[in-house]
Amino acid sequence: MRSSEGRIVFEGVSKTFARGAAETAALRGVQLDVAPGTIFGVIGYSGAGKSTLIRLVNGIEQPTSGRVLVDGIDVGALKGRRLREAQKRTGMIFQQFNLLETVRVRDNVAMPLRLDGVDKAEARARADEVLDFVGLAAKADSFAGELSGGQKQRVGIARALVRNPKILLSDEATSALDPTTTTQIIDLLRSVNREYGTTILVVTHEMDVIKDLAHEVAVMADGEVVETGSVLDTFLHPRTAITREFVTTVVPQGLPDRVLAHLGGEGLWRLLLVDDEVTQPLISDLITGIGVSVNMLHADMTEIQDHTVGQMIIKVTGPKERVAAARSFLAERVVHIEEVIR
Amino acid sequence: MNDKWTLITPELFLKALGETLQMLGVGLALGSILGIVIGAVLALTRQGGVLENRAVSVVLAVLVNLIRSLPFIILLVAILPFTRLLVGTSIGVWAAIVPLTVMVAAYIGRLVENSLLEVPRGVVEAARSMGASPMQIFWRFLLPEARGSLILAITIASVGLLDATAMAGTVGAGGIGDLALSYGYQRYDGFAMVLTVVTLIVLVQGIQLVGTSLARRYRRR
Repeated sequence: MRSSEGRIVFEGVSKTFARGAAETAALRGVQLDVAPGTIFGVIGYSGAGKSTLIRLVNGIEQPTSGRVLVDGIDVGALKGRRLREAQKRTGMIFQQFNLLETVRVRDNVAMPLRLDGVDKAEARARADEVLDFVGLAAKADSFAGELSGGQKQRVGIARALVRNPKILLSDEATSALDPTTTTQIIDLLRSVNREYGTTILVVTHEMDVIKDLAHEVAVMADGEVVETGSVLDTFLHPRTAITREFVTTVVPQGLPDRVLAHLGGEGLWRLLLVDDEVTQPLISDLITGIGVSVNMLHADMTEIQDHTVGQMIIKVTGPKERVAAARSFLAERVVHIEEVIR
Repeated sequence: MNDKWTLITPELFLKALGETLQMLGVGLALGSILGIVIGAVLALTRQGGVLENRAVSVVLAVLVNLIRSLPFIILLVAILPFTRLLVGTSIGVWAAIVPLTVMVAAYIGRLVENSLLEVPRGVVEAARSMGASPMQIFWRFLLPEARGSLILAITIASVGLLDATAMAGTVGAGGIGDLALSYGYQRYDGFAMVLTVVTLIVLVQGIQLVGTSLARRYRRR
């Protein structure tokens, strides 16, 4: 179910923090459009400005210039009661979960409703519903201290969802979790998006999270968005060096230096293949059709946004014109081909 | 020459104990309320707090430091005019309760401020992300999360308060401490000395025991 609510637009947003006399620019001229119902990932190293970016959406921080529009409302211009009303339309989850240690899980989840003046019984009943959705109904009477990290984050998600927000903000929500738990939380967030059409803005430094969770991605460096696009596209054709670095963390792109020194030069190619391209008899076509020798050096496969993406590194040898023919043949059969260079 | 082995009578002892408990109880009750208010205002108005207000924060901080700079015996006599204004007398238990309250409120204020600042920043951030008002942040997030450490803070303050009641004899408030000084010390009554020392130790132990077990109950980790 796709909803028409839940759009986030950044219009030339800058943010500077004043520390004494010195000013640091956390964001510079950020321009983004997050469509309703999408999972939008923002990736960058620490200090890139992504935490500031996400806090502008629910008005925890205000932009120095530019506007952040949430369903047309300029959040940065709101104050006091009107800001708090706007904040109630978004939910947020955190790296450190930020649960109350002194009240039970159920009351943690019910808290946003209690702030709205919903009576205890009703708020608790709704909390139980959401806890059921996140698979933690059995832990409603526990305290946060008795839960594992993954369970705590489920409580965080339940708390963020209890008011049925159109937008969910996720600030490094899986960064404190182990890989298995991370996968479970990602699956849960995907199902939140699927079932409720919730727009999810995900801030992370882990490309794996982007790969498994996001539809669209923006890459940030030094307060600027350096690249944005669909996740698949970004993986296949990273345009900036920093994006390439992030892609490499998921799809290793190198060969050991020794191998490279030995095999380098003409005919050493990296191929990327998507979906059906993966299953074609590429290598045998090269050998029998073009008449070159092929040495397969590396091959792997991964899932990105319900697409199969394969990677091969091959060394093609033969007469010069055959090698050139092989290259044009491949260029037509795979989504991406490039020389492997040191 | 007195041939009795001690000058202390049960009546004398019970009266002194009653005076000490009265000073402790009333001082603690009033001081805690005032102290929590002071601590809350200090924690909320400081830089980066949810009700950031430099003027309020600085004025209150200076006032609290001023009170805490004075040894209690000095504070006691220095604010006598204020005490007389408030309770209409400058001698007796109530005359001691005023300075005791002022002292313990300033003390508890600082401890409460620290307890509130110990609550992880993330909790406050989560509260703000939910659209909680400053008052809601205080009542529903900070106060419950700081509860355990607040109880310990008040426990420490109670022991300090008990300590200060010993000086209340200066304004004729009596109490266990006064018993020790005027009988044990000035009249060489060894039994009075031992009795008051033991009583004070038992009181402190009792306060600490209650405080620790309450704190444990309210602190869930």
